[in-house]
Amino acid sequence: MKLLYFAWMRGKIGCGEESVPLPEGVDNVGQLISWLQGRGPGYADAFARPGLIRCAVNQNYANAVATVTDADEVAFFPPITGG
Amino acid sequence: MIRVQAEDFDPGAEIAALSDACAGAAGAVASFTGLVRGNDDLVAMTLEHYPGMTERQLAAIVAEAESRWPLLGVTVIHRFGRLLPGERIVMVATASGHRGAAFQACEFIMDWLKTKAPFWKLEERQDGPHWVEAKSADDDQAARW
Repeated sequence: MKLLYFAWMRGKIGCGEESVPLPEGVDNVGQLISWLQGRGPGYADAFARPGLIRCAVNQNYANAVATVTDADEVAFFPPITGG
Repeated sequence: MIRVQAEDFDPGAEIAALSDACAGAAGAVASFTGLVRGNDDLVAMTLEHYPGMTERQLAAIVAEAESRWPLLGVTVIHRFGRLLPGERIVMVATASGHRGAAFQACEFIMDWLKTKAPFWKLEERQDGPHWVEAKSADDDQAARW
C-alpha cells in the first residue's frame, strides 16, 4: 500500500511518501494507525494524538473503521488550513 | 472551472471570462478573493496541498453548490507554494440568474473549501516556521450550510 504524510506529520515521520505491504492483522484505518505508532519514535510522535489526525483512503475522507487493502493509497494529515 | 496552481491569477480577467461564458443567461456574477494577510511579523506563507485529492474535493464542493443553487458557471482557483503578504491565495466566482444564488453559492464554496480541501499553511515568522492550526470557527462557518 502507498502511505502519504502531509504538513507537520511529514516532518515528524521524516518522509512524505512510502510503500509498505499491508501489515498482518490490519483491515482498517484505526488498526493501521496503531501499527504505525509502533514503527519508531517519529511515527509515535506524529500519531501521538490520533483524534487530531485526518485520514483519506484513495483521496476520499475516511474514518477509523474504514477498510484498507494492499492496493490503497492512504494519506494522513493534520486538520486543513487552506483558503 | 477548477485550477490548482503555483502561479498568480488575474481576478478581473477570470470574472470577465466567466461573465462572457454565460452572457445572456446570467444576471449576476459574485466573486471572492483571498489574500495573504501581512500582520505581525509574517515574512511569507507556504501552502502545501495533496495533489489529486485537492482537485477531487474542490470538484465535489462545486458539484454540491450546483445541486443547491441554479448556477450557470463556477470558477475556483487556489494557489500553492510560497506566497508573500498581499499575494492572492484563492478565488471563487459564481454566475447565476440572480444575485442571491450567486452570493450564497460563492460563500458556501469558500466555507466548505476551508474545511474540506486538503491545503496546509506554513507561516514563516521572524522566529522561524510555524504550521497554522485549524480554527473551530471555520468548522462552524462550514456547518451553517
